[in-house]
Amino acid sequence: MKLDNEAQFEQDVEELIKEIHTQYGYDFSGYARASVYRRIKRFLSQKHLTSMETLRKELFTDSYFFENFLQEITVNVTEMFRDPSFFLSLRENVLPILSTYPFIKIWDAGCSSGEELFSLAILLKEEGLLDRTKIYATDINQKVLKQAKEGIFSASNMPAYTAGYYAAGGKQEFSSYYSSNYGSVKFDSSLVKNVVIYPHNLATDFSFNEFHLILCRNVLIYFNRELQERVFRLFDESMVSLGYLALGKKETLAMSGISSNYNFVDKNNRIYRKIN
Amino acid sequence: METSSKVIVMGGSWGGIQASVTILKALPANYSIPIILVLHRLRNYDGNLQDVFKHKIALKAVEVEEKETLLPGHVYLAPSNYHVLLENDHTFSLDDSELENYSRPSIDVTFTSVADVFADNTVGILLSGASKDGSSGLKHIFEKQGTVIVQDPDEAEIETMPLAAIQAIPGCTVMKLHQIQAFLLSLHDH
Repeated sequence: MKLDNEAQFEQDVEELIKEIHTQYGYDFSGYARASVYRRIKRFLSQKHLTSMETLRKELFTDSYFFENFLQEITVNVTEMFRDPSFFLSLRENVLPILSTYPFIKIWDAGCSSGEELFSLAILLKEEGLLDRTKIYATDINQKVLKQAKEGIFSASNMPAYTAGYYAAGGKQEFSSYYSSNYGSVKFDSSLVKNVVIYPHNLATDFSFNEFHLILCRNVLIYFNRELQERVFRLFDESMVSLGYLALGKKETLAMSGISSNYNFVDKNNRIYRKIN
Repeated sequence: METSSKVIVMGGSWGGIQASVTILKALPANYSIPIILVLHRLRNYDGNLQDVFKHKIALKAVEVEEKETLLPGHVYLAPSNYHVLLENDHTFSLDDSELENYSRPSIDVTFTSVADVFADNTVGILLSGASKDGSSGLKHIFEKQGTVIVQDPDEAEIETMPLAAIQAIPGCTVMKLHQIQAFLLSLHDH
């Protein structure tokens, strides 16, 4: 049987979710709870807060503290060329088809701190498509969005990113894309000159354009089935006919109402194409 | 199918695959308690851990899919590069947040989450490994009055993980693999 203190904590979380929605407009009601519980416990311990009541008070009296909370609750862990086989597949199976369009629009939904965005931009550049592509990079979290276009990442990650780049079919010296400085690297800003970033909340916001490719990887795992369905419909409305949808390796369209509109391009890498 | 009132959650690292195969091959295909297995593996490794178990055990070995319901007769394997969490309705959630103890999947993360749902109906088993992952999760199971078992360090291929757990939880039960087999069979509801 679930112990009382755990049940109480979970009840407090439900109250908090409602209050955050009312006070700040962020709606977490469709988030999968196991992860929310874990993130909140982690945040409490990091901030040395002993109760949900102290957390509540801090959140609703200090909007900077709330920003900080938001950043911790929404997972922003990301890396360049995560799942290199996905990027290789994108390069080999999707970009050649996209190259037949005079102008390409891509939505990177949940772009976090920009590692995926720069990986994508490098691919587009190497395939000669960067100059006629516009990427819309969105995230719920305004703080990480500020970092997204800067392309400044920790130098300690570069060996892993370099390996990922070559496994994804990289054609250059990876180091030609960035300059190093005091433990950080900065990627060439011309990679993101056609990138527009802005806040977009998949839980509450609407379609804002039509795209040839939508990437939303490892975002939907944090949502419950209802919210996943909302997001799938949003993507479907935002997709040109014959456009592509790329999900995370453990995410699927299978349970969704829009699944019959899509075919697998690469099942293992979860790349779909809209067929009607 | 009805969801289970009990759950077994096992973790291991170096030497953990062999140890878990040894335990699981003793269990029948209709074993009444679902089993979740978290083994450390190489990141971005695409190889299929299911195949390792496929012909060796009677239970059905499957990789965890998010939103899937935990059912008896299955061994649920944590996928590479994701943490595995359990929801109150016994469905799985996946999480790609920070590494814990240099690991994703982390044993601590799954042990803790499962114990929050199943509390004293959780059986936690920590096997061989060269890591300290698993100890704090196992302690959490212990605090929720679940059953905690640690593979005998003398028998483990690498004793680091079992020793760390024994140190963290003086009240844990230390067993050899054949004793763990017998214990799990004694829990089986025919």
